[in-house]
Amino acid sequence: MLRSRREFLHAGAASIAAIAVGARGAASAPKVIVVGGGFGGATAAKYIRKWSEGSIGVTLIERGSAFVSCPLSNLVLGGSRQIADLTVPYEGLDKWGVQRITGEAQSIDPAARTVTLAGGATLPYDRLILSPGVDFIWSAVPSLNDAAAQEKVLHAWKAGPQTVGLRRQLEAMRDGGLFVIHVPLAPYRCPPAPYERACQVALYFSMQKKRSKVILLDANEEVQSKKELFVAAWNGRYKGYVEYRPNSGLTDVDVATLTAKLEFDDVRADVLNVIPPQRAGAIARQLGMANANGRFCQVDFLTYESTVQRNIHVLGDAIQPASLMPRSGHMANQHAKVCAAAVVALLSEGEVNPLPVVANTCYSYLSDREVAHIASVHRYDPATRTMSVVSGSGGVSPAANAEETVYAEAWAKNIWSDMLG
Amino acid sequence: MALASAWTSTVNRLLVRTVTACALLVAAGHAAAADKDLGRDVAANCANCHGTDGRSRGGVPSLAGRDKGELIRQMREFRNGKQRSTIMQQLARGYTDAEIEAAAAYLAAQKAQ
Repeated sequence: MLRSRREFLHAGAASIAAIAVGARGAASAPKVIVVGGGFGGATAAKYIRKWSEGSIGVTLIERGSAFVSCPLSNLVLGGSRQIADLTVPYEGLDKWGVQRITGEAQSIDPAARTVTLAGGATLPYDRLILSPGVDFIWSAVPSLNDAAAQEKVLHAWKAGPQTVGLRRQLEAMRDGGLFVIHVPLAPYRCPPAPYERACQVALYFSMQKKRSKVILLDANEEVQSKKELFVAAWNGRYKGYVEYRPNSGLTDVDVATLTAKLEFDDVRADVLNVIPPQRAGAIARQLGMANANGRFCQVDFLTYESTVQRNIHVLGDAIQPASLMPRSGHMANQHAKVCAAAVVALLSEGEVNPLPVVANTCYSYLSDREVAHIASVHRYDPATRTMSVVSGSGGVSPAANAEETVYAEAWAKNIWSDMLG
Repeated sequence: MALASAWTSTVNRLLVRTVTACALLVAAGHAAAADKDLGRDVAANCANCHGTDGRSRGGVPSLAGRDKGELIRQMREFRNGKQRSTIMQQLARGYTDAEIEAAAAYLAAQKAQ
C-alpha cells in the first residue's frame, strides 16, 4: 500500500510536470505577426522580443524600406530639417531578432490564423497585431479621388515624398502667393499638426517670401489643440502671415485652378494642401473590426485586442482611442508597450496587467527655436473599461519657449530609438 | 473495507492538499509576476523621452542605474512643484507612489549605458 501510495504521488508529480511543460509550449515558439512598422507596430515588435526574452517569434510586415517620422516633418516645410533627418532604418530591429518582411499584408483568415501577403505568401500566427495607420477617405473630396489629382494637391500627412513635394511647391511659389491648408473635421491624425504646419510655413514666408500668406481653412469650429499658443503666434510673430478661418468645411476642390470649394465661398490658392478625412488602414477595416462609425477599431484597453476578432490586436492611429487620448506617435508607442506586455503574458500563461497607465507627450514647433508641449496621463478604469485622464495630471506649456526645443529633439531621438534601436 | 476507506480518505486529503498547494503557488506566481512587471511597465512610459530602460540618447537625463531613492525623491519634488520643470510636474502627477517606487527600482537596476 505504501508502495502504491508513493507510486500515486510520483505519478501525480509527473503529470503536474507534464502539464507545466505543455503550458510552456515546448513544441514550438509562439508566433506573432505585426503589420505596419510605425510608432505602434515597430515598438510592439521590439518589446515582444525584449520582454519575452526571445521566446516569442515576431515577424514585422512593412511596405516601406525605412521609417520616416511624421513628428518633426513640418520642419521640412519650414526649412530647418531635411527628410533624411527624420528617416530611421529598420535594421535596428534585427538585433532583437525581429524577422522583417518588406511587403504588404492583404488579407486575414481569422479561423486559420493566417495573413496573406500581396505577393500570395501565407504566414501563420498565434496573435496578430495590426498597426496600419490611417487611410484617406478620398470620396470626401471627390475631385481628389484620382491619382493625377493627388500628385498636384498634396496632403503631406504621411511623411516622405509628399513632405518633400510640398516643400518644393512652396519653394517654387511666387512671392505674394497664397498657401491654403484644409483641416478636416476631428478626429484626424495628430490634432496640433495642421496649426504647427501653418506656423512653419509662415516662418519660411517671414524669412524668404514676405508678401506671401497662409490661409487655414478649418472644418472645425476652433483650433483643436494648444489653441492659445497657436493663436498667440499668429497674432504675434506671424502677424499678417496667417489667416485662420474656422467652420470652413471643404465640399470639393478644383484641381486645375487650385481652388478650395467651401459651402458658401471659394478660395483660390497658389499652393493647395488638403488634409483629407481619415479612417483605419484597410487591413484593420476587414472582418468587421472598424466598429467605431465604420472608420476606426474599438479595442480592449488591457490588451488592445479588437473587440470583434479574437487574437487580433490593433494599435496606433487605427484605433478608436478613449476620450482625450489623441492620435499621436507617442500614444501609439505607449499603446504598443501595453499590448506587447499583454501578448507576452497571454502567450506564456502570465497575467495581463489589470491597471495599465499610459502617457502622452506632444511637442509642437511654433518656429525653428520655440516649442510648446501638451501632456496627459491616462489610467485604466475597470468600472467603465476605458482609459481616463488622471485627475490633476497633464497640461500645456504656458508659452512657446526655447528650453523645450532641446527636449523636443531629445524626445524624437529617444522615441525613434525606443521603437527601432 | 474500513482500511480501503481510510486509504481513500488519506489519498483524497493528500490530493486536496497537493491541488490546493499548487493553486496557491500558481496564484502567488501570478501576483508576483504582476508585481515584478509593474516597475518594468511603468518605466516603459519613461522610455519615449528618456530612452529604452532609461538609457537616453542625449538631451534629457538618463535614468538607468541612478539611485532609487534619488529617483523617487525627484519624482515627488516634481509632483509637489518643489523642483521646477517644464513637463515633469504634469506627468509625475499621473502616477501613484507604488508605481513611482516600482519604476525607480526597475530603472536603478538597469545598466547605465
